[in-house]
Amino acid sequence: MAITGLFLISFLLVHCSLNALIFLNDGGVAFNEGAEFMGTNPVIRTMEIVLFAGLLLHIYDGLRLWFENKSKRPVAYAVVDGAANSKWYSRSMGLLGTLLLLFLILHLKHFWYFSRLTEGLEDHTLYAEMQAVFMNPVVVIVYVLGCISLGYHLLHGFSSAFQSIGWNHPKYMPTIKTIGAIFSIVIPAVFAAMPIAFYFHLIQ
Amino acid sequence: MEGHLNLTLKIWRQKNANVAGKFETYQVSGISTDMSFLEMIDVLNNRLIEEGDDPVAFDHDCREGICGMCSMYINGRPHGPNRGVTTCQLHMRSFQDGETITVEPWRASAFPVIKDLVVNRSAFDRIIAAGGFVSVNTGNAQDANNLPIPKEDADEAFAAAACIGCGACVAACKNASAMLFTSAKISQLALLPQGKVEAANRAQAMVAQMDEEGFGACSNTGACEAECPKGISIENIARMNREYFSATFSSK
Ligand code: HEM
Ligand code: SF4
Ligand code: FES
Repeated sequence: MAITGLFLISFLLVHCSLNALIFLNDGGVAFNEGAEFMGTNPVIRTMEIVLFAGLLLHIYDGLRLWFENKSKRPVAYAVVDGAANSKWYSRSMGLLGTLLLLFLILHLKHFWYFSRLTEGLEDHTLYAEMQAVFMNPVVVIVYVLGCISLGYHLLHGFSSAFQSIGWNHPKYMPTIKTIGAIFSIVIPAVFAAMPIAFYFHLIQ
Repeated sequence: MEGHLNLTLKIWRQKNANVAGKFETYQVSGISTDMSFLEMIDVLNNRLIEEGDDPVAFDHDCREGICGMCSMYINGRPHGPNRGVTTCQLHMRSFQDGETITVEPWRASAFPVIKDLVVNRSAFDRIIAAGGFVSVNTGNAQDANNLPIPKEDADEAFAAAACIGCGACVAACKNASAMLFTSAKISQLALLPQGKVEAANRAQAMVAQMDEEGFGACSNTGACEAECPKGISIENIARMNREYFSATFSSK
């Protein structure tokens, strides 16, 4: 869980940085060059397979733990004051992860399917496809909600992964928590800004 | 200042592990704010006995926060609304006049209900028996100065050893996980030279027993640490994970 989670975090960093090239507002020139590189470089294409494997493993592990852990308390409490001892998002990783999964299915259909499995790139660029997809307000809202789920998933997940692998030390944990919080806010916010910027024509 | 409270109690009543339980509602009046929560239940039980009813079964022993027996899930929290205390240390002044208080047993498949609020926590004993000891020869104790121990390590081991095995960590955890308890029992030994010898075996054996007892996995919500009456830190869980990984990695 922790290893795959940290691996997915490293992917997010790359994915987010590369996509942020759209904010150069150069009509997608830099972004399309990046996308072209990612789509053709053999090392990256191999990592894409590892990424899918990691994601599937993370989802499988997450859902298995969710159901297994639920079964450990067959008679539920009548009254639970969860807020008194923990954060709601730390108790809702399964739910947040499932929302993420639903978002990811839509997201992969939009862009991965388009750029890898159709001939779409011959007609127009990935950048143009983004512009087209984000004209639909419903899509924009779903993407923003997906980013919010991601933010909360990471707000717990980032530091939790370090605790899981045994890296809880009084000297380093506060720093890990701070970096985790910044990462969980900045990355999803930058992602969410993309559909919003396209929808409102803030970038051309 | 002593005051008096009239309260409505919703208490879980269950004959044994094999039958379903249900809540019964009781009124108690004139409860002194200086009473402990257990004394309040004593008052109720006295009345139930006088009326020829079955008193509410609950675990208790020391009534001073050291034995870990007084397991009660009160208004959605183990040991009630205050941090760092057991139920026997919880005073009725923590409640308002006219309040309805819901009292449930620890709920976990690894802690089956024996009766009413009493649960069977012998799963904890079996985790200890699996490795929570050091194997030393009997005979004269050696000179204590032969085994220098850094003060920080001694303090940390002692903080872990403060665990009273109450099970509030399991009760609070959404997964009914026993990681905090087990990690405290592993850490109190792993931090000391006497315990280092068997550290690898101990981590593996105790974690295996913990899983076999049917406790859940750890999601790192931190609810256990927040509800632990002895303030056991989840740093112990990270230490247990380290011990466990390195033991698994290097075991033959
Ligand atoms: C880019 C996407 C994702 C990232 C970066 C990510 C990251 C993480 C991280 C770092 C953790 C903490 C691991 C630990 O505490 O040891 C975690 C936990 C979890 N993730 Fe994800 N995750 C992602 C997607 C998903 C998806 C799609 C699911 C679908 C079901 C999911 C389900 C879970 C669950 C259930 C947990 C909690 C496991 C537990 O009980 O400790 N995650 N995730
Ligand atoms: S770790 Fe704390 S809550 Fe858990 S059994 Fe020990 S004293 Fe009780
Ligand atoms: S009765 Fe001993 S700790 Fe409460």
